[in-house]
Amino acid sequence: MLRLDNISKTFNPGTVNEKAALTKLSLELKDGDFATIVGSNGAGKSTMFNAIAGTFIVDEGNIYLDDEDITFKKEHVRSRYIGHLFQDPLKGTAPNMTIEENMALAYLRASRASSKLFSRISAKDKDRFRQQLQLLGMGLEDRMKQPVGLLSGGQRQALTLLMATFVTPKLLLLDEHTAALDPATAEKVLELTKSIVAERGITCLMVTHNMHQALEVGNRTLMMNAGRIVFDTQGEERAKLTVQDLLEKFRAGAGEELDNDRVLLS
Amino acid sequence: MDSIFTVSIFQSALELGCIYALVALALFISFTILNIADLTTDGCFTLGCAVGAMFTAAGHPLLALVMALVTGALAGFLTALLQTKFGVESILAGIIVNTGLYTINLMVMGFSSLVNLFGCDTVFSLGKDLLGDTFIGGWYKVAMVAAIVIIIALALWWFLGTTLGMSIRATGDNAEMVKSSSINPTFTITVGLCLANSLTGLSGALIAQYQKSADINIGTGMVTIALASLIIGQTLIGNKGSMSRRIFGTILGSVLYRFIVAIALRMSVPAEALKLVSAIIVAVAIATPYVRKKVALKKRQYANYQRNRQEVKKNA
Repeated sequence: MLRLDNISKTFNPGTVNEKAALTKLSLELKDGDFATIVGSNGAGKSTMFNAIAGTFIVDEGNIYLDDEDITFKKEHVRSRYIGHLFQDPLKGTAPNMTIEENMALAYLRASRASSKLFSRISAKDKDRFRQQLQLLGMGLEDRMKQPVGLLSGGQRQALTLLMATFVTPKLLLLDEHTAALDPATAEKVLELTKSIVAERGITCLMVTHNMHQALEVGNRTLMMNAGRIVFDTQGEERAKLTVQDLLEKFRAGAGEELDNDRVLLS
Repeated sequence: MDSIFTVSIFQSALELGCIYALVALALFISFTILNIADLTTDGCFTLGCAVGAMFTAAGHPLLALVMALVTGALAGFLTALLQTKFGVESILAGIIVNTGLYTINLMVMGFSSLVNLFGCDTVFSLGKDLLGDTFIGGWYKVAMVAAIVIIIALALWWFLGTTLGMSIRATGDNAEMVKSSSINPTFTITVGLCLANSLTGLSGALIAQYQKSADINIGTGMVTIALASLIIGQTLIGNKGSMSRRIFGTILGSVLYRFIVAIALRMSVPAEALKLVSAIIVAVAIATPYVRKKVALKKRQYANYQRNRQEVKKNA
């Protein structure tokens, strides 16, 4: 499904700020895989996501999606089949446009026909949007004419999730997408994520700093350090793994003290 | 005493306000919606004026408007090309095209800095033949330019609600989100700038026909004047509400700006001073909210300081 073949990326090469963010990273995901990713800050989790999404072109290596080489495809082309959610709930929506307008833009991924360029939001579209919004259970279906900027962070993130999966993507990248939300909202958005992903069988990668989540959500757990994947577990081995085991692995893999309280506390 | 407003002043302010409203709408697209400071405007306005004048002089007043629209769009296309395909900073891209256009404009005008259209048919003279004897009478110019602006405003409102229009709006609102919605920002920026500059070009051609001449320096400061109109409109109507409201506000701002200019002229401010006046209007309008905030903060600071001093005295 997704195959990363020895991809590397170095930021600011040749300067004092040189940072090898990805070092010959390889990964293969099967159709319908839902993998969680843990790793300390700077391990390269977000960089890997950005490489997959096409925010930058990798220095070395190749990226394949469904056996198609997408290494040099532009971001807006890849976004037709890759959904990407960020920690910052403000990133995924246009604040000065209304909820229905944002959804109409997300729906663009469904049809590339140029005849659609000059169509306005129809009553049928609105019905479809309303039905989708009802799934969130946040009452957004009654606020479709309001600018998204008025929504809370949790509401915006839920809407972004809806928009990213509105047209079922081949691959969904979740970059700590619940980390900036309050616990109750985070729980709700995560439940929503799980149900949407399960229902449609979307292949999914999710970064988390919560070790429980890393083991409970999905069917596979990856650990990253220094720009590569250092631990990869699934099936029975994963089922037996405890949070304590994972923390040990974390220490062994990282070869250093945990620098992140959030990892220990959660 | 004469009243400040005579009917003819009112009329000409309306006429000019409507024609220049097209430039204000152009800036509404590039500056407000796309969030790009497009400095092609000055040169593009003159380009529209020059192209319009040459076609009018050749006896094609209607074709003149179309050609001004097309050449304006071309200028916008160049600016967009420089910034999206060649990595030129957006402001710089506008300045470069603007500078180059000076020579192009001179070439269009046959290397003369002034083209006169006296005795040529213009859309206004055609309109006079058509409407002059009806109930509209002397207001035929107002009726014509108002009709043009209304048609363009409606078309713009419709367009900004289409998928392409929404994509352009999203590009200025959240570029990140646009890329992840499979929209190509290069495309939306290009379409937006072409559209904006085609309106600027059309406005230039209308002015050429309106004042029956084209002058190589007519566009100088146009971007500031249009910005002043835009800001006046935003101050009155607000910058948040629905699209139709904001488009209406922009047109209203342009008309009001012309009224302000007309009053200034009546109060014998020399015509040469107008550019300074517009620059001051823009600077003051943009600075006011910021300064107001600062002053409020200083007031609180001072009150706080006074309170602290009194408490120290009391305790002493």
